[in-house]
Amino acid sequence: AAGMFLRLLSDVRWRAANPKWRRTTCSRRSTSSTAEPHAVFLPAQAQVVICGGGIMGTSVAYHLSKMGWKDIVLLEQGRLAAGTTRFCAGIVSTARQVSIELKMADYSNKLYQQLEQETGVKTGYTKTGSISLAQTQDRLISLRRIASSLNVMGIPCEIITPKQVAQLHPLINIHDLVGAMYVPEDALVSPANVSLALATAASWNGVQIHERTSVSHVSVQKGRVTGVETDRGQIQCQYFVNCAGQWAYELGHSGEEPVNIPLHACEHFYLLTHPLKEPLASDLPTIVDPDGRIYIRNWQGGILSGGFEKNPKPLFTEGRNQLEIQNLQEDWDHFEPLLSALLRRMPDLEALQIMQLVNCPESFTPDMRCIMGESPTVRGYFVLAGMNSAGISYGGGAGKYLAEWMVNGYPSENVWPLDMKRFGTLQSSRTFLRHRVMEVMPLMCDLKVPRWDFQTGRQLRTSPLYDRLDAQGARWMEKHGFERVKYFVPPGKDLLDLDQSKTFYKPDWFDIVGSEVKCCKEAVCVIDMSSFTKFEISSTGDQALESLQYLFSNDLDVPVGHVVHTGMLNEKGGYENDCSIARLSKRSFFMISPTDQQVHCWAWLKNRLPDDSNLTMEDVTWKYTALNLIGPRAVDVLSELSYVPVTPEHFPSLFCKEMSVGYANGIRVMSITHTGEPGFMLYIPIEYALHVYNEVMNMGQKYGIRNAGYYALRSLRIEKFFAFWGQDLDAFTTPMECGREFQVKLEKGTQFVGQEALLEQKQNGVYKRFTMFILEDHDTDMDLWPWWGEPIFRNGRYVGKTTSSAYSYTLERHVCLGFVQHFDEKTGEELVVTTDFINQGEYEIDIAGQRFQAKAKLYPFSSLSTHRRRKDEVELSGYQRE
Amino acid sequence: FYLTPPQVNSILKANEYSFKVPEFDGKNVSSVLGFDSNQLPANAPIEDRRSAATCLQTRGMLLGVFDGHAGCACAQAVSERLFYYIAVSLLPHETLLEIENAVESGRALLPILQWHKHPNDYFSKEASKLYFNSLRTYWQELIDLNSGETTDVKEALINAFKRLDNDISLEAQVGDTNSFLNYLVLRVAFSGATACVAHVDGVDLHVANTGDSRAMLGVQEEDGSWSAVNLSYDHNAQNEHEVERVKMEHPKSEEKSLVKQDRLLGLLMPFRAFGDVKFKWSIELQKRVIESGPDQLNDNEYTKFIPPNYHTPPYLTAEPEVIHHKLRPQDKFLVLATDGLWETMHRQDVARIVGEYLTGVHHQQPIAVGGYKVTLGQMHGLLTERRARISSVFEDQNAATHLIRHAVGNNEFGTVDHERLSKMLSLPEELARMYRDDITIIVVQFNSHVI
Repeated sequence: AAGMFLRLLSDVRWRAANPKWRRTTCSRRSTSSTAEPHAVFLPAQAQVVICGGGIMGTSVAYHLSKMGWKDIVLLEQGRLAAGTTRFCAGIVSTARQVSIELKMADYSNKLYQQLEQETGVKTGYTKTGSISLAQTQDRLISLRRIASSLNVMGIPCEIITPKQVAQLHPLINIHDLVGAMYVPEDALVSPANVSLALATAASWNGVQIHERTSVSHVSVQKGRVTGVETDRGQIQCQYFVNCAGQWAYELGHSGEEPVNIPLHACEHFYLLTHPLKEPLASDLPTIVDPDGRIYIRNWQGGILSGGFEKNPKPLFTEGRNQLEIQNLQEDWDHFEPLLSALLRRMPDLEALQIMQLVNCPESFTPDMRCIMGESPTVRGYFVLAGMNSAGISYGGGAGKYLAEWMVNGYPSENVWPLDMKRFGTLQSSRTFLRHRVMEVMPLMCDLKVPRWDFQTGRQLRTSPLYDRLDAQGARWMEKHGFERVKYFVPPGKDLLDLDQSKTFYKPDWFDIVGSEVKCCKEAVCVIDMSSFTKFEISSTGDQALESLQYLFSNDLDVPVGHVVHTGMLNEKGGYENDCSIARLSKRSFFMISPTDQQVHCWAWLKNRLPDDSNLTMEDVTWKYTALNLIGPRAVDVLSELSYVPVTPEHFPSLFCKEMSVGYANGIRVMSITHTGEPGFMLYIPIEYALHVYNEVMNMGQKYGIRNAGYYALRSLRIEKFFAFWGQDLDAFTTPMECGREFQVKLEKGTQFVGQEALLEQKQNGVYKRFTMFILEDHDTDMDLWPWWGEPIFRNGRYVGKTTSSAYSYTLERHVCLGFVQHFDEKTGEELVVTTDFINQGEYEIDIAGQRFQAKAKLYPFSSLSTHRRRKDEVELSGYQRE
Repeated sequence: FYLTPPQVNSILKANEYSFKVPEFDGKNVSSVLGFDSNQLPANAPIEDRRSAATCLQTRGMLLGVFDGHAGCACAQAVSERLFYYIAVSLLPHETLLEIENAVESGRALLPILQWHKHPNDYFSKEASKLYFNSLRTYWQELIDLNSGETTDVKEALINAFKRLDNDISLEAQVGDTNSFLNYLVLRVAFSGATACVAHVDGVDLHVANTGDSRAMLGVQEEDGSWSAVNLSYDHNAQNEHEVERVKMEHPKSEEKSLVKQDRLLGLLMPFRAFGDVKFKWSIELQKRVIESGPDQLNDNEYTKFIPPNYHTPPYLTAEPEVIHHKLRPQDKFLVLATDGLWETMHRQDVARIVGEYLTGVHHQQPIAVGGYKVTLGQMHGLLTERRARISSVFEDQNAATHLIRHAVGNNEFGTVDHERLSKMLSLPEELARMYRDDITIIVVQFNSHVI
């Protein structure tokens, strides 16, 4: 291996010296794969096999080997860094919307900066800075939001005027700009050489790298990876890492046990020019002009400019196609809008001579975020792919997190937004992916406003009531493929067009949701909540109870008919899931979790439940339609339909009863609403759904019943200070940190996962605290609305970020929920957060650079809790979950 | 004065017509996919006519363009009548008998043609009885003649052309008791029309041409480029064979006066035409018919005027030249057009423009920079222009309209110049004829799946 690597390194130097290496190696690649004899034999076994020698594969190898795993083989079907990695633009940009992505990019930047020193491989790292331009006020708002989050992360960043832009870059036409964001530490690299540098360091640490070796499939036994099959023989292994980029989907499906990696390639074009008469300086900032859909960087004295067009060209839908690969030609007509945008931005480039239009396919995912983590179906099968054309920016950080995941069992940060378990098999249809990526790619440049929904790949999973609700004016959003109602547009009222409704300010549905909330408070509303994940766990003996007692932190040994809110915690006491569990009988339990838990929770439980044929778990999500009856008159509607007294005396909060509603029997009714309002959840076998809905609506008429959607629910739960898993709660948040100690039964008599960590926290205190903020001087009509991810300042110092927010129609104020930390003023060290610390501070929330005073609260307004609770819950005030 | 693009479009599209051959079981088994046609007037009223019809008693489709001169009466009559004459000429003996028996016994007639007409294409109601009687006489003669042989398309076409012209001539000589009809048949006979007619039946394509309209086949070469194949010869002074023919038919003494200023007898551009009895009848016959005719005819200086050096009529014939072509897979379309188009556009350009239009813009040759020195500005200009070309394609749903847009609006670079188009279309009536002629175009698209 060492000998091969020497050749590889000399190759690198040669390539860097010869401007034509691109074409030369291309042709070599296509003809020589069989001609050159393989000098080095593949090992028969290894701990880890990584497939893919691009930036992702080499970064994973680099980080794994740094963390002490040495027995690693990296396989590349062609040459190292010869795929998308080589052709991508090499821009390292930290200006990212999602905070985990921002952290990855920041880490990558720092890693690449020292890589040349570490490895001796010239990476071409140049700190140029980047300027993101705003042609509209809305764009400037979105840049200000990013700038706020960069600043609190310690990444230098400022909002600058068009004049300052002109000073930083001589060629830019600024007449149509309203402002810009300058990130001085952003950088340029030679992507292929970064990848080779990572490979070099990895091989020094013992990683074996084999080029021209393709993986045909991964062998699986009993749900675990056992080895890989290549065109040069077999390798037995415990771990497999799929870093195959745009081929990752196909590779995932090549084995007997398919692994769904929902990504799809699109063509991506950028332009290379000859140098300017006066060659551009190599440290000239990179320009991102999202309104023009282009980016422009300096390149060998000339420029490199590409973009994300409105009409992308997806390819390889039917899998790998040699013909298509060869046909990946320049398509100037397709590039024309981007070229126009470029010349508009830099008119002086008219006379600049073209060198080449590069067509470099990139892979995109259904939600614009990358795919990382372990397969929910095959243990030991890890994936890192689908970079949505930000592979270089994420490469370092993503490789690090995945390596940590493999070595430590979980990364050092919450990566749920990137976790492949957010997807299931339902996102793996090629038609779906093709349609969705055509929407996703243009979105790279589109304005990202709050509460935005994808328009493609919709109406996949629906409730049986979908048509009924739609006919009554329902407006829909989608979660995990399931259509859910946002709100109902009353007859005769029109909302804005989709495009016009994009706003950072008060949205057009404000009054509609307000009236739904009012109805929930004063009468009764019905919300279809069928999308929630529902499992049934039962056993012949006590196995179910015993297992659940171990896996959940609350005490589940409650009388039959009780409903328990509980976290499903990891070893560190963090929430892997937050659910409601009803004890249906001594030996069976009904578990309700958030919609996007369907894959994750299933995998988590499957991997931890004992392998016992007497213990069964079934996903019954599709079997039940769930109606949430919210409001003070819910009790009247239900009792009239069932002829059973359901007043709080007979049916107190947190109970579950099977009863008949209308003609339909066997409806599971639970006295919970996920909002803190009085009411019931009805779990209805789907064939009865329409009947029960009709009965409820008919009977409810005299009580003023109406339909409501999730926006109303959201407003209700946030004003009640209810945390929501996936939004407020994650694997790094413990019940102690969000005031849910009462849902943890440390003394329940059995051990449970996370117990030790929670005990320790109970003794030592918590380092962050879930807090509710009421915005004081915020004008709902005129000011920017909070969203989530806004920095929180205490006495002028940054202490944390918000995780969700909503307008409370009851308080007539905006409410933000978020976590407060306590950093030592001198060292920055994290200190214990006490109740006093929270209560004795002046708070401000930063919305796109503007700070609003906020009042912090650790408990919800008691005046908002109206209904009677079960006795043991009363003194613990009202923390529930959504 | 300036026309906006929508105004330009509404002028260009006013007469457009498209016909798609219906599919059965999702398949079109005909060798013709369909056709687009359109016409743009320069004369007021327009003197061009067009016709298209499917033969119902035999197989095949008939398409034709007719360019009238000295009025539109002759072109109108030919456009109504000629296809019936052709269809009847093609009918087998039994069918002719059946039809005759039906007429005889007052039964419903088998339909002979299915017309594909634009709402502006009209048939003269008043003359239909007269026309029908002439046609019936023709088929009765065919029945009597019964040769027993199968009908040859080429022969049928020639016979039909000649017979119709003969009937036009006879009807004018005989006259009609109805004064309106009497005047009509005279106007038909004293005006003229050229005709270019295609008959498509499977892979057999026949083009019969009389005059200077033209049929052109669009052929796609192996490399995807387009070339044109002529399927007709112009009958005018530019055609040596035609000049030769005319000279052969008359005494040597007339050689110099026969063709003057590229015109027949110094007067007529086409060397073959329907009607135009002034070039066919003897002087005596002309004088007699005019004198006994209605006053309007007598007052018309043109009809009374006898061509100079008029010694040995007839000087003009309606007999067509027929070209037979077996369709090949590379033959993608046929363009029939009056000389208004061919005066402004080279057939090679016509082939390319229609070819690119029909195969869609995605076949537009991609641009490659290769080793050339191209600046961003140059490339931008090129792409903008290509996009403009694409957008003009998207505006047209009809190949004939697209061709007219180019014929009228093309600038020196061969791309449509909106300003020019607007100017040409907003010319006042009296000026229009000086800058352009009536244009009539039919584009027939062939079905590569069948051929």
